[in-house]
Amino acid sequence: MTDGLYILIFLLGGMAFPIGSILVARLLSPSYPEPSKVSTYESGEVPFGEARVQFHLGYYAYALVFLIFDIEAIFLYPWAVIYKDLGLFGFVEMLIFILILVVGLVYALKKRVLEWM
Amino acid sequence: MPEWVMAIIKILIVLAFIGLNGMFLIWAERKVAGFIQARIGPARVGRPQGFFQLFADAIKMFSKEDVRPAAADKWVWWFAPVVFFTPVAMAFLVLPFGPNVIGLDMNIGLIYLAAVASFALLGVFMAGWGSNNKYSLLGAMRAGAQMISYEIPLILATIGVIMITGTLSTQGIVEYQVAHGWNIKTQFLAFVVFFIAMLAELNRTPFDLVIAESELTSGFFTEYSGIRWGMFMFAEYTNIFVMSALAVTLFFGGWASPFGLVGSVLIFLIKTYAIVFLIIWIRWSVPRVRIDQLMTLGWKFLLPLSLFNIVFTGLILLI
Repeated sequence: MTDGLYILIFLLGGMAFPIGSILVARLLSPSYPEPSKVSTYESGEVPFGEARVQFHLGYYAYALVFLIFDIEAIFLYPWAVIYKDLGLFGFVEMLIFILILVVGLVYALKKRVLEWM
Repeated sequence: MPEWVMAIIKILIVLAFIGLNGMFLIWAERKVAGFIQARIGPARVGRPQGFFQLFADAIKMFSKEDVRPAAADKWVWWFAPVVFFTPVAMAFLVLPFGPNVIGLDMNIGLIYLAAVASFALLGVFMAGWGSNNKYSLLGAMRAGAQMISYEIPLILATIGVIMITGTLSTQGIVEYQVAHGWNIKTQFLAFVVFFIAMLAELNRTPFDLVIAESELTSGFFTEYSGIRWGMFMFAEYTNIFVMSALAVTLFFGGWASPFGLVGSVLIFLIKTYAIVFLIIWIRWSVPRVRIDQLMTLGWKFLLPLSLFNIVFTGLILLI
């Protein structure tokens, strides 16, 4: 309960600071928008086209592997906390778990998935 | 005093600290850069070493025009600095400044930090997409690539420390180190991985591909000016402090002093600013890497190294 209260108040306080600063700055700063000023910045050239075009992302396969390892990290946290009590049993269990993931990583390497395309 | 009053007092102290620390680090970065490049740096405003430059910068941020690009997506663009800044302020909740100086000693402190820290990427993406600018979008896409390469080693590097100390509470980790000595002695490999991943997380050179002034003209915050730009800078520099403080907590004994003296807030700050200085020093000393080099480093070197560190730590603890 205390945890939730503190997190909520820190969330609200953290949001209030930038929002408040922006609102205060609105009172202090001038505002004279004109067409050339509010146009998109492209290093001084006349901007052309939309920015939201389709282009090749290049790291789609990385993102899939990332998901797997991110979940692995979640499983490792509770294991690491009680590791000293688990002893040999815990070590062997996690060794098997990590080995399976390492095999997956090696497979991805061999299939040349982890290369910038 | 009721809990919520305490919480409000604490967030006010944290916000005041963020303001002063952010301005101080912007000044310090320029000063250190000047020193490294054999020039003076800001020296005009204020007598000792141009110290009042930081207040001048703050006043300038508030009084500059806040230009909203016509092509931008209004609400996404408006809230991106807020989403980028908020997680940084929230991270202060679990940083142990001193024996009793902490926002709240949560038993899931490190998971909370990891969860909050990964939220900032959303702000980067909102800024990149909402600006409707080619540089911004490319910067945001690079931020995604950088995050998926470095978050895993960053998290896995902390697992070794958790195994040794047996707790996720940041205060508990420091108390363990008071009793048993600093973790850096047994977790040096983890610290190296953590530090490299931390530079990428902070978008600092050699991994500042997201900002990359010389190719993307500031990347995801190209279209921001005035106080909004200031908010991005504040969040970036405060993040440097937060991650350095986390490194000090995990590996360098937090507020514990080296020779068994009484620990205090001052010692914590000295250690943290030493690491901040190291990060600034690295920025002005090494060039930028390419994005595919960065991903190769993350996936083929740091990830196996951090997994090896976990297994090795497990073996040592068994013996």
